[in-house]
Amino acid sequence: MSAALVTLKGLRVSFDGQAALRGIDLSVAPGESVGLVGESGCGKSVTWLAALGLLPGRAQISGSVKLDDVELLQARPHVLDRVRGGRIAMIFQDPASSLNPVHRIGKQITEALRLHRAMGGAAARAEAKRLLDQVGIPDAARRLDAWPHELSGGQNQRVMIAIALAGRPELLVADEPTTALDVTIQAQILRLLQDLRRDTGMALVLISHDLGVVADSCERVCVMYAGRIVEQAPSARLFSAPAHPYTRGLLGALPPLDGPRRRLAAIPGGVPEPWAMPPGCAFAPRCAMHVSACDAAAPEQVGVAPGHRAACIRATLPASHHQAAYA
Amino acid sequence: MRDDAQLLVAQGLVRRYAMRRGFLGRSVEVRAVDGVSLTLERGRTLGLVGESGCGKSTTGRLVLGLENPDSGTVAFEGRPMPAPNTEAWRKLRARMQMVFQDPLGALDRRLPIGTQVAEPLEIHAIGTAEERSARTAELLRSVGLRPDQAVRYPHELSGGQRQRAVLARALATDPAMLVCDEPISALDVSIQAQVMNLLVELQERLGLGILFISHDLRAVRQVSHRVAVMYLGRIVEEGEPDAVLHDPAHPYAQALVSAIPHPGKIGRGIVLQGDPPNPADRPSGCAFHPRCPVATALCAQETPSLKPRPGDGRLVACHVAQGEVAPGAGLMREAA
Ligand SMILES: Nc1ncnc2c1ncn2[C@@H]1O[C@H](COP(=O)(O)OP(=O)(O)OP(=O)(O)O)[C@@H](O)[C@H]1O
Ligand SMILES: Nc1ncnc2c1ncn2[C@@H]1O[C@H](COP(=O)(O)OP(=O)(O)OP(=O)(O)O)[C@@H](O)[C@H]1O
Ligand SMILES: [Mg+2]
Ligand SMILES: [Mg+2]
Repeated sequence: MSAALVTLKGLRVSFDGQAALRGIDLSVAPGESVGLVGESGCGKSVTWLAALGLLPGRAQISGSVKLDDVELLQARPHVLDRVRGGRIAMIFQDPASSLNPVHRIGKQITEALRLHRAMGGAAARAEAKRLLDQVGIPDAARRLDAWPHELSGGQNQRVMIAIALAGRPELLVADEPTTALDVTIQAQILRLLQDLRRDTGMALVLISHDLGVVADSCERVCVMYAGRIVEQAPSARLFSAPAHPYTRGLLGALPPLDGPRRRLAAIPGGVPEPWAMPPGCAFAPRCAMHVSACDAAAPEQVGVAPGHRAACIRATLPASHHQAAYA
Repeated sequence: MRDDAQLLVAQGLVRRYAMRRGFLGRSVEVRAVDGVSLTLERGRTLGLVGESGCGKSTTGRLVLGLENPDSGTVAFEGRPMPAPNTEAWRKLRARMQMVFQDPLGALDRRLPIGTQVAEPLEIHAIGTAEERSARTAELLRSVGLRPDQAVRYPHELSGGQRQRAVLARALATDPAMLVCDEPISALDVSIQAQVMNLLVELQERLGLGILFISHDLRAVRQVSHRVAVMYLGRIVEEGEPDAVLHDPAHPYAQALVSAIPHPGKIGRGIVLQGDPPNPADRPSGCAFHPRCPVATALCAQETPSLKPRPGDGRLVACHVAQGEVAPGAGLMREAA
């Protein structure tokens, strides 16, 4: 096994005393693609904002975030500034708010080149054009002088990716990069991310609430629920043999593309509020397989198969039990 | 009670907008909807899919009479749609409701949801105060909310509960028809399922005719009886959901279907080249031809009309799918 590029250990975050992350353990190997899925508010964005020191001061953070052997959580600002946009780049959830509307896109790319690769003048402009070409924006030379509002949503998203690539990151964290886009453009962006990974060898963390998006693009998937990772497995395995009842619920709620149309197996209820977190497993109140032991303590992750772990005391039961529970 | 199943018939709808470039630029015409005909039936759902900007929402607004078409007609229950903001139109509006994408945006943050669900009853002066409050409780129950939740403010509800409140409000006036514009796009996967189940249930119970606008083909298949695929202001294919999804005839529909993310599926099918076209600069002939992998010279010249395909009668607007010309090698532009 290759040494991890980034390792999160016991990462906890709370806001005003309310826990948003309740202990995240996650590592990303060089060149690997990892998907992070889960419902709105489960902590997907906060995980990486915390790792990169981008949360507001009132956020209380503990645990460890290592890039190679360098601890980032207590790192000095100038160290973090070099990491962010340099070795680790992040594409934020809302592209509209991330591109500056009053600067031409060429300027926004060359600014990133100046910061992270000390490039300027004609060299930076040429490199900016190359980056726009690389992310598939036609007529790149002229588009350098365009304003964000003159580009489509999909094109703006590509510009964001170009800016992220400017620092030649070893890890790109893409937070819901396609949520605002329709399927055909989404497919283009995901294909682009795959091509970039192949061509540059960078690792990718793809954050999405859409299982399909993640399944298509990632080698490994982590499923989050209420501030914890509740299951992780290689993509194919997760979708063919999900072990955690929450993951099973998410897959069951997806409308099928063929077969008879019947009522969808919606997961009942909603995510617990941070101030009303159940004492044991956070998913217990919605779980069809719930037994009293589930309420005793938050379950640890257990190995289900090689590379496949689930935080459920009933995950190692034979599959037939699960089927019965969801029939 | 009319026995005829057709609830709403729209014919040849065209809607143009003037769009000005910059402060002093001359204005250009955007054909948001360019000749759309569709029929909504009682108790059935028509799914409308297509990429961003192809005119789905505009079609929804035209169908509801919220905007006047530049040409074309809309008839509701056999009668022509009255002009917007007339008395007759307001009466009719009670029978046709719209549900939007963002439940938080559709609700007033300062009012409890019970008040908002009761609002249409007050506007249309339906029943006495007591009847209205009983009806509000019944509406909340019918969408799976508890009457005691009527005092909650929108931010005190989950996303799914908010969309339920929006639906309860839309149902207040006993509408015959709903236009749902991306009703689940803003919701989590597990909550999307709750809302889709609810829509299907309500339709079975109330016999609603529904226009379901979405870019999510799985969702459209789940709730629709027919599906229409739009491209740049026109319907390019229409048929049964399974027929269109499993055996799309139009090259654009083929690309759309092959782009559906699919757990377990490795890699993707056709990835469309180029960006969605600009409705202010509509390509000649078939609007899809610059991105179409099988386009021919004919496609750049002559606009195909939506008509039954020989053989199985699938409605499709494509010279190649109709067998009028052999598949070409595409006319994609170099730079794209
Ligand atoms: N700056 C902040 N101040 C207070 N609470 C916050 C802040 N940022 C995030 N939170 C809370 O932390 C939790 C996790 O939020 P996060 O943004 O990580 O969710 P997410 O999984 O990315 O959801 P989504 O899919 O909606 O983007 C939520 O309960 C959120 O309200
Ligand atoms: N009021 C308006 N003024 C000018 N142009 C408009 C107006 N409303 C819509 N348009 C244009 O008409 C076209 C169709 O827009 P519409 O909102 O119907 O698309 P849509 O299919 O609903 O897209 P989406 O999936 O992004 O919601 C777009 O090019 C849009 O920019
Ligand atoms: Mg987020
Ligand atoms: Mg729309």
